[in-house]
Amino acid sequence: MNNVVELKNLHVMYRARSSRQPAKLAVKDLTLRVGAGEVFGFLGPNGAGKTTTMNVLLGFVNATGGEARLFDVNVREPIARQRIGYLPELTYYYKFLTPEELLRFYARIFGIPSAEAERRIGPLLKLVELEHAAKRPIKTFSKGMQQRVGLAQALINNPDLLILDEPTSGLDPLGRMKVREIIQRLKSEGKTVFFSSHELGEVETVCDRVAIIADGELKVEGRVDELIAKYQCSLEKIFLNLIGYETQPTV
Amino acid sequence: MNRILAIAGVVIKELYRRKDFYVLLVLTALITGVLGMINFFNDPTIVRYLKEVCLLLIWISSLVICITTAARQIPAECESRTIFPLLAKPVTRGQFLLGKFAGCWFACGIALLVFYLFFAIVSESRGRDRAQATTASAAAATNAAAGTLVLAAPPETGHEGHGHEEPEAAGAHSLWINYFQALWLHWVLLGVVTAMVLLGSVVFTAPSSNTTISFIGVLGILLLGEHLHKVALQLTEPMQTLLSLIYFLIPQLEWNDIRQRVIYDHPPIAWVHCGLATVYGLAYAGLFLYLAWLIFRRKNLTV
Repeated sequence: MNNVVELKNLHVMYRARSSRQPAKLAVKDLTLRVGAGEVFGFLGPNGAGKTTTMNVLLGFVNATGGEARLFDVNVREPIARQRIGYLPELTYYYKFLTPEELLRFYARIFGIPSAEAERRIGPLLKLVELEHAAKRPIKTFSKGMQQRVGLAQALINNPDLLILDEPTSGLDPLGRMKVREIIQRLKSEGKTVFFSSHELGEVETVCDRVAIIADGELKVEGRVDELIAKYQCSLEKIFLNLIGYETQPTV
Repeated sequence: MNRILAIAGVVIKELYRRKDFYVLLVLTALITGVLGMINFFNDPTIVRYLKEVCLLLIWISSLVICITTAARQIPAECESRTIFPLLAKPVTRGQFLLGKFAGCWFACGIALLVFYLFFAIVSESRGRDRAQATTASAAAATNAAAGTLVLAAPPETGHEGHGHEEPEAAGAHSLWINYFQALWLHWVLLGVVTAMVLLGSVVFTAPSSNTTISFIGVLGILLLGEHLHKVALQLTEPMQTLLSLIYFLIPQLEWNDIRQRVIYDHPPIAWVHCGLATVYGLAYAGLFLYLAWLIFRRKNLTV
């Protein structure tokens, strides 16, 4: 299987903001591989290094050691991001634009010809159920609607790899279900999905493989069914045990 | 190039969807309009004062638009986090910076075009009114004095006041060239300011501090920049060398200020000088953008 995401001994150290504070090691010797067509869950408690790892993959943060590659191209090369779609945890879009204008803008960034972009925008807005609000400024949207705009922009280039940072965060149950459906649909189309989430039930349902990290270190990696069989408990319990959380006996 | 233009397009859209530009245009129009209606002592040269005030307002408005637009671009993108979905696409940080620069500069250019169009209409219409009034009053005075029918005297073209030299009045053709050169050099100057402010915005993360520092810097250069070397001569070492160094390092923005030529209808400047000022301005803009890129390209952006 071809590796779509490849991390080799990745190290990320944040410089100290002042002389009194020590430098912070955010990711320590992380090695991961995600194959084509996989749905990969990237799990860990808050501050574990998930977002930092994603930031390295997206070129926002420079690794202090090791290597990160997308489609066998070093992430420092902008072309590595040509075939990816990224959905941030919270909605971050130009609020003075309408969804149509935003999608047109991102299509232009990807170098998609205008005619092709126009052909894609309609079905995408339909997919995320925003065709009725296509000409309204994003600033008038609810949080759920903004998240759906985010999903549409992540798909505008018909990506082979989707990087989703807590895609269901802040969504109502219906919104979560929709996102899950879209991930399943992308999987059936042979796309690779790399996503982080705190919703372990959701991860168990959707993912082929997972990796759990804590304090910047990889704790475990493997197929979901194999991990459940090995540890003889749910993914949630495996997660809690690996991050060192002792469940208290109920009174 | 397409990516740069796409990013620039969003900046321009933002400017015309915000209210700043309209507020400044209406304010300039209102003040100039009110001033244009007033007739102080029936002075036929009053149109010059009107031009002076109008151009000053245009300069202030354009600097406000330029600095506030450029200063908020990168910090606001980081603050609202719109930079993350954008840089997650195949866009280099250099393209991002150039796109922001082009957007701000073109947006300022559009604003300037509107402002100068308004200026040309106001100054030309008032100039014609005054010329006609002067012609009529001169004729009436001559008639009354001599009691004979004489041809009306040509409109007064004197340039008294302000302590300026008496240049030859520019013809209608030269006048439009003057307007164009003033607009062009003003736009080039705004290019330098935009690049300088963008450099500031990768250094100072808060848009408000960058805006304040940029305003002080630009006004300082415009008001004091050309005098620094004269001041330096009166100082002792090492201040003399330091001030001289600053004088030679800062862009001489006043070279692009040809307001006086427009106000006093001087003949246009030679095109070669206009071209040199353009090259000089663009070289400084390029230098500031290069420095901004050097800082920004390795900057960690954390979500």
